[in-house]
Amino acid sequence: MTAAIAEAVDQEMSRDDRVFVVGEDVRVGGPFGTDAGLFEKYGGRRVVNTAISELALAGLGVGSAAVGLRPVVEIMIMDFVAVAMDQIVNQMAKMKYMLGGQAVLPIVVTTHAGVDSSSAAQHSGSLEAWFCHVPGLKVVMPTNAYDAKGMMISAIRDDNPVIFISNKRCLQTSCEVPEDPFTVPLGVAEVKRTGSDLTLVATGRMVLDALEAAEDLAVDGVSVEVIDPRTLSPLDMETILTSVRKTSRAVVAQEAVRFCGLGAEIAATIADECFDFLDAPVKRVGAPFTPVPFAPVLEKDYLPGKASIIGAVKDIFGD
Amino acid sequence: MDLSGEQMRRMLEQMMRIREFDERAALLMEQARVHGSVHLYCGEEAIAVGVCEALRKDDYITSTHRGHGHLIAKGGDPRRMYAELFAKSTGYNRGKGGSMHMAALDLGIIGANGIVAAGAPIALGVAFASSYQDNGRVTICFFGDGATNEGAFHEAVNMAAILKAPVVFVCENNGYGEWSPTASQTSVSDIADRAAAYDIPGVIVDGMDIMAVHEAATEAIARARSGQGPSLLECKTYRFYDHVGRDFGILKRDEDEVAYWRARDPIVLWQQALVERGLITEQAANAMRDEIVQEMEDAIAWAEQGPDPEPADLWRDVYTETQA
Ligand SMILES: Cc1ncc(C[n+]2csc(CCOP(=O)(O)OP(=O)(O)O)c2C)c(N)n1
Ligand SMILES: [Mg+2]
Repeated sequence: MTAAIAEAVDQEMSRDDRVFVVGEDVRVGGPFGTDAGLFEKYGGRRVVNTAISELALAGLGVGSAAVGLRPVVEIMIMDFVAVAMDQIVNQMAKMKYMLGGQAVLPIVVTTHAGVDSSSAAQHSGSLEAWFCHVPGLKVVMPTNAYDAKGMMISAIRDDNPVIFISNKRCLQTSCEVPEDPFTVPLGVAEVKRTGSDLTLVATGRMVLDALEAAEDLAVDGVSVEVIDPRTLSPLDMETILTSVRKTSRAVVAQEAVRFCGLGAEIAATIADECFDFLDAPVKRVGAPFTPVPFAPVLEKDYLPGKASIIGAVKDIFGD
Repeated sequence: MDLSGEQMRRMLEQMMRIREFDERAALLMEQARVHGSVHLYCGEEAIAVGVCEALRKDDYITSTHRGHGHLIAKGGDPRRMYAELFAKSTGYNRGKGGSMHMAALDLGIIGANGIVAAGAPIALGVAFASSYQDNGRVTICFFGDGATNEGAFHEAVNMAAILKAPVVFVCENNGYGEWSPTASQTSVSDIADRAAAYDIPGVIVDGMDIMAVHEAATEAIARARSGQGPSLLECKTYRFYDHVGRDFGILKRDEDEVAYWRARDPIVLWQQALVERGLITEQAANAMRDEIVQEMEDAIAWAEQGPDPEPADLWRDVYTETQA
C-alpha cells in the first residue's frame, strides 16, 4: 500500500503542477516510504522538506491552497496532528464557510495511524473521530493498496480539505493495483464480503481482522457481511443501512478507543434508522479507554482484533 | 522617499477613513445594532496605511481580530464591511463571519482571524505560493504584540526564513494584549529583537509616524520581493480605546499614558505635516473628513437595510462541490 500511495501522488504531480508535497523528511521518502522517489523526480520546489513545525506546515497548506495551489501536507504520525490542530480545525475546516464561500481549499493532510509494535502512547493513535467531528473536513481511511491509490488520487483532485489516514498495518499489505491512474470515489463504502446473518462494519486495520473473523465464523455457520466505509466523513450510511435491513444484526469494529468513537455514531444511526429490522442490539468493538501501552503484553490486550470481533458476534447469537 | 503630494494626501484620507469607520462601528456596537464584538483600530491607522500604500494591488495581506484598518487600507469597501457587521448577506462573508473573519480574497485580503497568531502560518503559505508560482507578489502578515508569544508565530517566522518566503511580518505593538500590559507577558521589551532568533532583519518603527512606517515597509517589501526573505517590522503604537469596543469596563489605564499617546494621534500628526509642507490646508483636510463622514453614514444606511442570510445559507459553503 505504501508504494500505491507514492505512485498516486507521483501521477497527480505529473498531471497538475499545482500539486506539491510538504512535510518533514519527505526529501528522503518519509519514514514509511509513502513519498519514495518524489524528491528525486520533482526536486525541492515541489517536494518541500520542512522544519519540524507541524502547525506551520499545516498553515502553509491553508495559505497556499487559498491562493490556488493543491498541497499534500504530510504529518508523519497521527498523534502529531495535535500540534497542528488550530490550522486544521479552526482554519482549514472553517475557512470556506466563515468567509461566505470565498475560499476553496483543496488540501490533503496525509498521516499514518495506529498501533504498531510498542510505539507506545504518542506514536500509536487512531484519532479519526476527532476529524469526523469537524464540519468542513473529509476523512478517509483506505485499508488496501487499491483503495489507497484510487482514494489518494480522488483526495488530491477533491476541492476540499481531506484527512488521508493510512493505518500502519494496512500500509504493509499488498494487492493487485493497476499502474494507470484511476479513482475510487470518496464517500462510497464497499462491501468487502457478502453475507446474510450479520453486518460487520469495520474501519482501518479492523477490516483485515474482520475478513479473517468472517472466514472463521463461516466455518461455524454464521454468514457475515463485511463493510469498509473507506471514507469516514462524509459517511456512506446508506450502504450500511441497506445491509443491516438484510441481515438484522450489526457489529461495528474500530481500532480507536471505543468511547465516543466513529463506531458509536454508526451504531446510533443503525438503531435510529433500522430499529424495526434489528434482531439484537448493535455491538461495538474498540480499544479500552486508556492510552496505548508500551509493553507487548499490555499492547496485545489493548488492541482489538479478530478475537474481540468474534466475541461480539457470538454475544449477539447468544453463545 | 519620492511620494507625490497626491499619494500623501491619499494616505491621510485612508487613515481618516479607517478612523471614521471604527468610531461608527463602536457606536453601532454600543447601540446593539451590529452583532458580535468589534476590536477598534483607532490609534493604529498609520501602520495599516503606511504598509499597504507600499504594496502592489496584487499583493496579499493577512489580518487579525483588530482588522478593519487592514481591510480598508488594502482597498476594502466600507459598505461591504459594515454589511458584514450587520450580518447581512451583502457583507464580505455573506454574514457568516463578522468582524473577526472579514476577508476579500479578490483584493488579496486573505482574512482577519479570531485565533491570535493564526495568520502567521497562513501568510507563510500564501507567500510560499507566490514563490512557487513565481508571481513576484509579497504577503504582509499583520499581528499584535501578544501574538508573538504564540508558537504559531515562531514556527511561521522560522519556516519563512528557511524558505526565504516573500513575507513581511508587521507587529503592531500597542502595549497590551487584551487587558494585560505587554511587559507582563512578553520577555523582550522590543519585539523586533525576536527577529535575531531567526536571523532576519528586525526593525523598530514609530507606529504613529506614517512616513516612518511607509519607509521601513517599503524596504522590507523590496527585500521580500527580490527573494531575500522575510523581515520583522515592529511598529510601536497604542490602542486608543479598550480591547473590545471603546470601554469594556474592566481595566482603567493610566491617564497620563493615554494622554501621552493621544497627543501623538497619527492622523493629527500627518495632517500637520502635510499642512506644514503646503500639501493641504486645514480647510481642505476638514472637507476631506466631512466627505468621509458622509461616505460612512451612507455606507451604514446601505448596509443596515441589506437582506439577512436565507435559512438555507446555514448549510451553504461547508463543502465545495468538486468540478474536476
Ligand atoms: C489563541 C487565542 N488565544 C486567546 C484569544 C483571546 N484574545 C483575543 S485578542 C487577544 C489579545 C491579543 O493581543 P495582541 O496580539 O497584542 O493584539 P491586540 O488585541 O493588542 O491588537 C486575546 C488574548 C484568541 N482569540 N485566540
Ligand atoms: Mg497588543
